[in-house]
This record gives sequence, C-alpha cells and structure tokens, in this order.
Amino acid sequence: MSAVFLVLSAFLASAVEMVEALTIVLAAGIARGWRSALTGVGAATVALAAIVAALGPALTLVPLRDLRLVVGTLLLLFGLQWLRKAILRASGFKALHDEDAAFAEELAAARAAGREERAGIDWYGFTIAFKGVLLEGLEVAFIVLTFGSTQGSIPLAAAGAAGALVLVGGVGVAVRAPLARVPENAVKFAVGIMLTTFGIFWSAEGAGVKWPGSDASLPGVLAFVCASSALLVAQLRARRRRLATA
Amino acid sequence: MSRIAAFGRFWWEFVVGDDWVAALGVVVAVAVTAALAAWWVLPLAVLAVLYVSLQRAAQ
Repeated sequence: MSAVFLVLSAFLASAVEMVEALTIVLAAGIARGWRSALTGVGAATVALAAIVAALGPALTLVPLRDLRLVVGTLLLLFGLQWLRKAILRASGFKALHDEDAAFAEELAAARAAGREERAGIDWYGFTIAFKGVLLEGLEVAFIVLTFGSTQGSIPLAAAGAAGALVLVGGVGVAVRAPLARVPENAVKFAVGIMLTTFGIFWSAEGAGVKWPGSDASLPGVLAFVCASSALLVAQLRARRRRLATA
Repeated sequence: MSRIAAFGRFWWEFVVGDDWVAALGVVVAVAVTAALAAWWVLPLAVLAVLYVSLQRAAQ
C-alpha cells in the first residue's frame, strides 16, 4: 500500500511541476529559439541530477526516526501549502491556474526581452528555460528524495517521477503547446492530500508516536485528510455564497 | 547582499509559503505531538491549522 502511495505521489507531484516547466520551456523555445531553450533544459537537468546524486546517499546515513521527523514536518509544510491553495481554488476564493494565460505571459515577456548572445546561445532563452526547469525540478527532487529515503526506496519514487517525465515530455513534444487540458487543480488537490497524509504519518512517527496498526493506519490518515478537505471546501463555498448574497 | 536576500527569500517561499502562521502552527503541532506522544494529536492539530489558515485567506 505504501509503495503504491509512494509511486503515485511522486508521479502526480512531478507531473504538475513538469507541466509548469513545459509551459516555460515552450515559451522560451518558440520566442527565443529551441537551441538556447533546450541547452537550458539540459543544464538544469544535469544540475538536478547532481543535487539528487549528492543528497540521496547522504540522506540514507541519517537515522530513520530523525529523518522521518524532519522530512515529515517539511512534507506537512509543503502539503498544507498545496492543499490550502487547492481548497481556496475549489471554493472560488482563488482563481484557477490557467496554463494558457501563463504561456501567453511568458511568451510576451520572452519576445519583448533584448537579445544577448554568449557562445552562440541566446542568453535570455537559456536562462528562462534553465531557471524554469531547475526551480520546478527542485520540488520534484525534494519529493523524490524525501519520500524515497523515508520509505527506504529512492528508486521507486524516482520511477514515479520518471513516469511523469516520459508522459509530460512525450505529450509536450507531440503537441508543442501548453498542456492546458490537464486538470491541474484536481491533481494539485490530490498531491496536497498525499503530502499532508505522509507528513502527518511520518512526523508523528519521528516524534515518537506509535500509530495503531502501524503502516495499516496510513489509509485512515488519508481518509481523514480527504474528509477534512471536503468539509473545508463545502464550508468555504457556503461562506462565499453568503458573501455573494449579502 | 541582494543575492543572499534572494536566496533567503527563495527558501522562505519554498518551505514557509504564503502563510507563516500555518507554518508555525505545524511546527508547534509536531512539538506538542512529541510531548504528548499520542497519535490523534497531530491529525486534529493539522485540521485546526488548515482551518485557521483558510479562514484568514478567505477574509
């Protein structure tokens, strides 16, 4: 069960971040040329691989209980950020993320920027693609490393992220357009719920708590987070309706 | 200095995000869980933190 959660969480979180990175790379490639944009993607991928290669083995040296306390707390902080935004979007208090609008904004900025070539590479296109992939990828690297190390299987978490890379990258190359049809809020909601669930479970274990039934209580925590989120969406929707009619 | 500030801001946004009160609430909740060593504390505390954070955001 934990293995399924692990792969699914890494896959979904990676897919969402990769959709956002793809939008930035597409805008850089179309406006500034593919050579510069793809060089930026390559450089960022190498940087991310170096971060994972350096931190991955280091994390396995930390005692599991300490690791779960720190990683669980970080995942909880992370998960609540995602969940909070997803609930605000689902209840209408925050605008839905629009990948087409983000693409148009990136494209306009890339077209307006001045041209500066270094070693035959357009510096703006390179930098935008590099930063986009590195910053979105850092979150993926964090999730893969923390999930993988606390569950004792970095390769399994990496497999989930690799699956997302193949899917999003493949579709991106095929359509060469932002993936606006991806139900981003629903995916972000699911990721927020999973990160929060794992965060609660691991940080409590790291704090010295014994869960009833050990790992078997994980679906119970998941159900609690799902039900709480649904109730909070309903409560905020009702509040929004009251505000609209007042 | 501006690079150091940007580096610090990046990590603040990465870890803490939009609501520092919620982040503080999570840290306190984990500390209370460690003190009481009871499994039911953290889920309820997280629900309370999320509720407060959402009400603040929806104001």
